[in-house]
Amino acid sequence: MSDDQQTADTIEEKPYKPSSPSSKLNFDGVWEYDDAPQSTEHAEVKEQYDLYIDGEFVAPEKGRYFDSVNPATEETLCSFAEATQQDIDKAVKAARNAFENEWSELEAKERGKYIFRLARLIQERAREFAILESLDGGKPIRESRDVDIPLAAAHFFYYAGWADKLEYAFPGKKAEPLGVAGQIIPWNFPMLMLAWKIAPALATGNTVVLKPAETTSLTALKFAELCRDAGLPDGVVNIVTGAGQTGSTIVNHKGIDKIAFTGSTKVGKIIKESLAGTDKKYTLELGGKGPNIIFEDAPLDQAVEGIINAIFFNQGHVCCAGSRLFVQEGIADKVIQKLRDRMETLIVGDPLDKNTDIGAVNSEQQYNKINEYLELGVNEGADMYQSSCQIPEEGYFCRPTLFTNVAQSNRIVQEEIFGPVLTVQTFRTAEEGIAKANNTPYGLAGGVWTDKGSKIFKVGSKIRNGVVWSNTYNKFDPTSPFGGFKESGEGREGGLHGLYPYVKLR
Amino acid sequence: MKISDFNQTVSIDQVGIEERVARLNSRSIKKESKVQALKLALSMVDLTTLAGMDTPGKVIQLCQKAKEPYAGLPQLPTVAAVCVYPNMVSVAEKALRGTDINIASVATAFPSGMSTLEAKLEETKKVVEDGADEVDMVISRGEFLKGNYSYVYDEIAAVKEACGDAHLKVILETGELQTYENVRKASDIAMHAGADFIKTSTGKVKPAATQPVTLVMLEAIRDYFYDTGRMVGMKPAGGIRKAKQAIQYLVIVKETLGTDWLTPDYFRFGASSLANDLLMQIVKQKTGVYQSADYFSND
Amino acid sequence: MSDRIEVLKTYKTYVGGNFPRTESGRYYKVYDKDDNVLANACQCSRKDLRDAVVAAGDAQPGWNDRTAYNRGQILYRIAEMLETRKAQFIEELETIGYSNEEAEEEVNTSIDRLIYYAGWSDKYQQVFGTINPVASSHFNFSMPEPMGIVNIWAPEERPLLGLVSVMAPVIVGGNSCIILASEKYPLSAVSFAEVLNSSDVPGGVVNILTGYRDELLEHMTTHMDVNAFFYTDTTVDEEARKQIDENATLNLKRVIRKPIEDWLADDSQSPYFITDFQEIKTTWHPVGL
Repeated sequence: MSDDQQTADTIEEKPYKPSSPSSKLNFDGVWEYDDAPQSTEHAEVKEQYDLYIDGEFVAPEKGRYFDSVNPATEETLCSFAEATQQDIDKAVKAARNAFENEWSELEAKERGKYIFRLARLIQERAREFAILESLDGGKPIRESRDVDIPLAAAHFFYYAGWADKLEYAFPGKKAEPLGVAGQIIPWNFPMLMLAWKIAPALATGNTVVLKPAETTSLTALKFAELCRDAGLPDGVVNIVTGAGQTGSTIVNHKGIDKIAFTGSTKVGKIIKESLAGTDKKYTLELGGKGPNIIFEDAPLDQAVEGIINAIFFNQGHVCCAGSRLFVQEGIADKVIQKLRDRMETLIVGDPLDKNTDIGAVNSEQQYNKINEYLELGVNEGADMYQSSCQIPEEGYFCRPTLFTNVAQSNRIVQEEIFGPVLTVQTFRTAEEGIAKANNTPYGLAGGVWTDKGSKIFKVGSKIRNGVVWSNTYNKFDPTSPFGGFKESGEGREGGLHGLYPYVKLR
Repeated sequence: MKISDFNQTVSIDQVGIEERVARLNSRSIKKESKVQALKLALSMVDLTTLAGMDTPGKVIQLCQKAKEPYAGLPQLPTVAAVCVYPNMVSVAEKALRGTDINIASVATAFPSGMSTLEAKLEETKKVVEDGADEVDMVISRGEFLKGNYSYVYDEIAAVKEACGDAHLKVILETGELQTYENVRKASDIAMHAGADFIKTSTGKVKPAATQPVTLVMLEAIRDYFYDTGRMVGMKPAGGIRKAKQAIQYLVIVKETLGTDWLTPDYFRFGASSLANDLLMQIVKQKTGVYQSADYFSND
Repeated sequence: MSDRIEVLKTYKTYVGGNFPRTESGRYYKVYDKDDNVLANACQCSRKDLRDAVVAAGDAQPGWNDRTAYNRGQILYRIAEMLETRKAQFIEELETIGYSNEEAEEEVNTSIDRLIYYAGWSDKYQQVFGTINPVASSHFNFSMPEPMGIVNIWAPEERPLLGLVSVMAPVIVGGNSCIILASEKYPLSAVSFAEVLNSSDVPGGVVNILTGYRDELLEHMTTHMDVNAFFYTDTTVDEEARKQIDENATLNLKRVIRKPIEDWLADDSQSPYFITDFQEIKTTWHPVGL
């Protein structure tokens, strides 16, 4: 502990200067990329969407709808139904009925075949889903097209295969479904989080009531169409839209056997508290402040790329973002120089442009929060650097941002910003790096960069995170379990371990 | 200037390099920016003939193509250079006299490099004397792979001296170096020894130029530039046949080294059939009609 | 000989490998089956808990750094030590009303249970870890890792077997723990600490306190440096259960509640009790030259 203290006091962050006065790279002029907009012809957005309950699209009982905004234009995209107690009652009843009379009666391999169908249908309509995801949530089409949607399909494909093989997953035990799962997902990866939730729940024989985030409900309702097209029995999947109140109604609903939540640690704690004393199982995937540790023997250019992917992927709206960079002192200047040059090539703008690297911040609220943190960082005395890129006048856009001259004691280092904002600290020894990495209540994910194999295993085993990316960052796969230590959550999603939260073992 | 310790290895992660290239390849180059890229690429071509069956006749035809790539669009840029074997330098010199097109010659017992240093220096001096503006030498891969880095360094430095005012391009023959780390090390050696350009391949060994190898070399150039402020050029050679590939290379250069490198002074393509595909695409962009090879001269 | 005055044992707590008295100076009386006072047990306070958590925190990383093989051997060693002190434990159980056979069965089962978990020390990782065939050029594996520090309420009944059964799966996986002994029958737990102390278990890996559940509930479930809370009694009432869950929210403490009626039954031991106190860590690494 006293070590940390000492470090914070004695480190002198030098202001940035290139190692040679003439060695400034120039990324301007000569040849700029023209707009490369993704055509939106095939993606239809209706003016208004209803709830999907018991295989039908139905209007909400109270008749209330709320607007969803395209964060890149600040224009209203469409409106969604607000589900209230009566609607949730209906959805839970439908899910219960489907669980008891259809889904649990079905042979496991047939259940699996439905899930395979869903995977295939997502693949068939992948481009449409990608466009809608970018329109509704602001993420660049390159990511929704190459990451979110293909991974969502892969998730269904992976868990489909588990449906009739569960006896191999739990040695010595028999797995039984829990019943009705209430699932609440965030706005950062709407379709992918839906897949993370629904695929394992269905594979293990549960039925679901899922609530997408209020700013990004579009793809979930498109997915409801796929459920219908797949011939999935009515009530197995129910999609209800709404904000926090709707979520809370689900959490507290007596007819629900399991809650799966992905979102902030703050809300996760409220949910955990509401479930106190009940028999509901729950999984929580919460916040993080991921350490990304770069040793001097790392493959530096790939590490720089890894740092970029760690913090600027999906505008930094990633719970496992590598938002705390730790660089070994001897290479700090070099890494920061490379990082700044790399940041200059990031293209911020229209999410539907195929060349966009960083799209729109998801909502006005989040945009304001990020800006508050930028101000806070400056007020805390940190040095802020932002890339010089152009950003659109309309819409919620944020330049990629780097803070140096910070320490663990700064709020911008401690708190999850959930935006394209990186803090950079240095360390001298592996022990110091590990101690700083672990100096947080979070424990979701982190990166370790070194060319030395034994160091990877040592550091990897000492950092208290559910995911360790060594010499890479922000990689996801349906076979790979994901989830946090400490205040980053409880339980795992993905892989064999992702089956546990949806079964009781006998 | 501090010279690196070549016994040290700069670590390179294969998966990371290849992922970076894949990401750069996802750039979508459309409309005017595409036309601009095609023309830029054309101006960067080292139009090359390096065959045992080359004759003055063949070389003269190639020089003609270099001067007038496509009669239908006379305002197009010419290629950067014509690249020939040493005994064809004087033929090319005569054919290109009065143009801005450079003459490049391979030298130093191309493509194997298996000759004595004396012979290599002799050959270098001769091609320069005959009118070569640029010399494309090969490194001694055998010496490199057995760890004799100082030999490789000294040889490049000697050839550089023999070049006089001619520009030196150092061919690493990356297909024989096997690993990205070796490519990186050979790049560092070549730059420190005085190379004006580093070049991937002779075209005689497969694989020839690849985008990940090029990225590794560009990153070496970048680090060298950070350290010294000197700009070294890059030339991928062999296997680049399509305009689409060429544009991908330009994207890699732009986003790794910046726009200062997007000129024939610092970036070249070593290729023979690429020029025609670039021309076909330029005409396609202009007319909106997909083109046929029958309408483009095949010299 | 017969008029020799017997030396009575003072029952203290076990913290950090030492046997301190409670800092509070308080005690509560423990009775035998005939309601005679058997001993004064320490009525531990929140400060004793605080000290025990510090000891557990100091010991845990080193314990986890031991090889799985070594942890297995140490658990086996505890069983060996218990075997040699069988008579003492049987006698202690008899004073609280066990018949001789019942007492012997409890001690024997306790020894066997330690050996059961000793054997799992280097196997549960193989059964519950995975290699994940990701669709990219990466090697990816998931391994269980200990949660860290676990607070435990030992079962009220079965003062020895219950204690051993909740302790062994927690520590075999590299965690350290603070166990609040059976309130009614704390003496076996304190005697068991003597076994632990003579069997190579590093000090601080297991800490045993005695005292009142009601008093310590709040601090055992709110302590911010404790990663999990474990209890098995079916008798814990709804209100206490809710309180435990709510308090655990503070630092997202994992609450592991495994209602178990019969500690002699085979299903009261399982490798799943080990994994209940493990976090899955997934590691990625590129595969390339």
